[in-house]
Order: sequence, then C-alpha cells, then structure tokens
Amino acid sequence: MTRLAVPKTYKLYIGGKFPRSESGRTYEVLSKKGAFLANAALASRKDARDAVVAARSALGGWSGATGYNRGQVLYRIAELLEGRRDQFVDELMSSEGLSKAAATKQVDTSIDAWVWYAGWADKYVQVAGNGNAVSGPYFNLSTPEPTGVVAAIAPQEGNSLLGLVAVVAPAVLTGNTVVVVASEAAPLAAISLSEVLATSDVPGGVINILTGSPQEIAPWLAGHADVNALDLAGAEAIDWVDLQVMAADTLKRVLPPVTGAPAPSLERIVALTETKTVWHTKSLI
Amino acid sequence: MDLIGTDLTEKSLKLHLEGLPGVDAVGLEQRAASLGTRSIKTTSKAWALDTIIRLIDLTTLEGADTPGKVRSLVAKAITPDPLDPSTPRVAAVCVYGDMVPAAVDALGDSWSNGKDDGINIAAVATAFPSGRASLRVKLADTADAVTNGADEIDMVIDRGAFLAGHYGLVFDQIVAVKDACRRADGTYAHLKVILETGELNTYDNVRKASWLAILAGGDFIKTSTGKVAPAATLPVTLLMLEVVRDWYRLTGGASGGQRIGVKPAGGIRSSKDAIKYLVTVAETVGEEWLTPHLFRFGASSLLNDVLLQRQKLSTGRYSGPDYVTMD
Repeated sequence: MTRLAVPKTYKLYIGGKFPRSESGRTYEVLSKKGAFLANAALASRKDARDAVVAARSALGGWSGATGYNRGQVLYRIAELLEGRRDQFVDELMSSEGLSKAAATKQVDTSIDAWVWYAGWADKYVQVAGNGNAVSGPYFNLSTPEPTGVVAAIAPQEGNSLLGLVAVVAPAVLTGNTVVVVASEAAPLAAISLSEVLATSDVPGGVINILTGSPQEIAPWLAGHADVNALDLAGAEAIDWVDLQVMAADTLKRVLPPVTGAPAPSLERIVALTETKTVWHTKSLI
Repeated sequence: MDLIGTDLTEKSLKLHLEGLPGVDAVGLEQRAASLGTRSIKTTSKAWALDTIIRLIDLTTLEGADTPGKVRSLVAKAITPDPLDPSTPRVAAVCVYGDMVPAAVDALGDSWSNGKDDGINIAAVATAFPSGRASLRVKLADTADAVTNGADEIDMVIDRGAFLAGHYGLVFDQIVAVKDACRRADGTYAHLKVILETGELNTYDNVRKASWLAILAGGDFIKTSTGKVAPAATLPVTLLMLEVVRDWYRLTGGASGGQRIGVKPAGGIRSSKDAIKYLVTVAETVGEEWLTPHLFRFGASSLLNDVLLQRQKLSTGRYSGPDYVTMD
C-alpha cells in the first residue's frame, strides 16, 4: 500500500497562537518553477488588527525585561534555529529555487545575524546612550528606549528567511514588539520560524507573523493609531510613499525600503528606539 | 397583585417562587450563544455603538475613589470623545454614596436632576457590595445618597438570606429600601436591585431572585456588583430579560404592562460583547427596551472600546488607546 503524504496546514502566528485567517482565506504558495507547494493563510486587515492588539499587550512585559534577559531569550532562538537548519534549507531550496549551497548559506547567515543581534540586547544602551556635558551641577544622561509596537514588511524578493530575521531581530532586541508581514511569494521559512518562536522562551505577542499580501495589509498597519513605527524594508514594490504619508498622520517612526536583506547594523537597532534624557543633581559634598 | 394574592407572606412568596418552572440551562446557553453570532456591520454598527454609549452607566466603584477621580469620570461622561463632538452622552455616572455631592458639583448643568435630558447620578447603597449590614444601616445609607441628590439607587440583595430561603426577609428589605428612596417632594429615586448572580449558583435562583426583586417594587434588576466573578454573562442577562418580558405580559402587555429595566454590569469590556447584549434585548423584550429608562450597561472600560470602534468607523483607520482617556 502506498503511504499518503501528510501535508502541513500553514497558519498565521498571532499572540503566541496559530490561528487561521479571520477571513478564512488561503492562497497557493508555488515553487520558483511554478509547482504547488502549500496553502498559506491570506491574512486580512482584521488579522493585522488582532496582531497589533497582541503586540501591544506583550509590550509591557517584554520592554520591562532586562536587556540581559532579552539577550538570553533571543540567543535561545538561534539555538533552536540551528537544530532545525535542515528544514529551513529544504524550504529555501523549494520556495526560492536555491541550490543547496546557497540555501545553506542563507540559513547560516540568518542564524549568525540572530546571534549577533542577541548579543546587542544588553550592550546597545551603553553604545547608543550618552552622558551629556551640561553647564550646571547635573548628571545629564540620554538612553535609548524601545519605540513600542513596530509594524514591518519583510523583504519580498528572495532572502525569505534572512530578510525576515534582519527586520525582526533588531526591533525586538531593544524591547519593541513586532507585527511583520512575511514574504508573500515564499512564506514557508517564515512559518517555520514562527514554530521555532512558539517553542522558544519569547512571550506570545512579542513577534507576530502574518502571511499574505503586503499590498493589502500594509495600509491598515500604516494607518493604525496603535502602531508606533513602520519598517518598510520590503515595501519597495508597493506604493510606499502613500504609506509614509498615512504613517505621518499618527506620528510614526518610518524606515524606508531597502534592496535585498538589510545588513546587520547598530543603526537598525537604534532607528527603532526613542531617546530619553534624564537630569540628576550632582552632590556637592 | 393577584399573582401571589394580597397576602404577601413568606409562605405565599415561597409558594410562588418555588412554583416557577425550572430553567433549561442548556437551552438558555444555546439561545444566548446563537444570539451572539449576529454580524452587525457598517450603519447598523454605527447605530449600535451610539446606542451603547447612551445606555452606559459610567462607573467608578473603587476604594481609592476621590472627588478628583469622580470629576474626571464626569468630564468623560459629558464629553466621551473630545475629538468628535457628535458623540452622545452616557446615561448616568455610578459612584459610591459619599461621592454623590462631588458628582453633583462636577455635573453642574449637565445633571438631569429629575429632568428627562441630562446625566443621572446613580449611587450604590445598602452596604455595597456585600450587603452585610443591618437594615437600619442600609436604609440610612440609601436615604443619605438620595438626600445628596442621587437619581438612582443601586442596592444589593441579602444573598445569604436568599440562598437560605428567607425570601420574605429579602422582599421586605427591598420594599424598605424602595421606601427610603422617597425624596422630600414625594417622588422616588429609581431603584435598581442587584442580584449578584455570581453568588446565586443556579439559573433557577436567578429566575427566583428576579421575580422577587420585581414583586418587591424594583424598577431595574441588575446582574452584579462587578466585585464577584463571574459578573454579567449573556445567558444570565437573557434569563432576566425573559422574566421582565413575562412580567410585562402578565401586567397587561401592550395595554399598560409594567416595564422593568435590566442592567448587566461587570465584565462587559468590548463593543462586540455589548452588541450581543443589544441583540439579546431586542430579540427578547423588543427594541423599545433599548432606552436608558429600561436598559443600562454598568461599565467603565467598555466606553473606551466603543470610542475606539467609533473612531474606526468615522476615520476608516484603526484607532488606539492613545486617543482615549486613561481611567
């Protein structure tokens, strides 16, 4: 008797759970050559709204954790990614049409980027913060604080894993929570990443992953008054100027589109923080 | 009322209340669940949201309440959404008895003070929330709130006595409190009777308590204090609405039947939940019950969610908690 294959049901990742799209819609994910790979959930605006609610409720706990703790939690994700590398390599080969070597390279780079960012969690404040010289008997200290809920469009052309990691990791390490729209054409790696996140120590709601059309979802996230920042990394192909204008209505911090996957950098970390400056008297004794 | 005869004794009450049919719990919950599945969109939703705001008793019942907190509550009751002046006002503010003078001051011209328009002041009384005090204390508590200007009194029943089967005692206390709601000019403050359904354990008891409160002269029956879990649930509210409907029919129906109000309180936090209650009211007793005289929501955080939904409908974009006041 031939064995029937057991296909996987791909779902969204919102608030630490795996719901189907509220709309009930799915779309076909095809390989680079056009063969059927999977049905993925096609997220609607209400899924985006639910994800923002989840991200907002997770913000207090996550941003309140110590940088050291966040670093440990993020490093643990890298450990889990390492254990699943074969699965990610397979998915990148089938959905992006990469050679085994190229897929392995992308997975390695993604894990390395994740580790690199995890290391910054308890260090970026020292580097990006500052003691300011002021003309008075005061300590004057500037420290970066997380911006809040970040909505992000992951890179859409290739780099379906690395691009996602390069957008999510720099945002969450400082204590932000994220709603990210994965690569529409190649969402498999993103969905597997969400399974990694669900079994890691990251609290539910800190990272929310939607699959579907950025064209459809991005305007709702850009206009959402409860989103504090918008990372348009993968929005090159859509009308991102309009998104910037919408985001400006509610005073969001906006990062412009990039080509390819954003390279790991301290700038990306600091871009999604706000500077808080405190004054404290110096003792005269 | 010939229903229980003119002889309002413990015995006749007991005969009547224990002769009430038992509640079909499964049927009740299924009916409530099916009423909760209606999809209310666009213009119907806009109407529903405005109706919800008009029906809210904006509530603060904390031990830490101060006159300042009551003032900010009242400011919100008068202007729920400063970004949109077309937002309707809430029906009433609900505070502890000692905060009634602060509410009167803060409301100023917006206080209804017996008129039909304006915002009422509801005060909880009778040793809220436990109800554990002697009748003298309860009556003094009530009379004090009424003298200070409360338009509505939210009293709690003595659940201990009710559960022990002393229906006559509970009945007499409600009658006495109703009497204490009398103002100097002979009019009465509206009396809402809190059944605290979370402590009554069974649906049968909720039905009995509802009948008892109505027979004793309550103008409103209210589910809960908000201090006990579970607070208001849809099945319990549906059950109370059914009692109200039966009473209306029994007292004459369309030709002069007596309309009793219902107030679910506590635990209703989202517009979605509140809309389910509106549907349940309309389907059980009829849309004419959707006025502040006959239906209220006891809530505090519900208003913020309704305002967010309202902003979403008017701007087309999702709003956030930064755009409503903190409570």
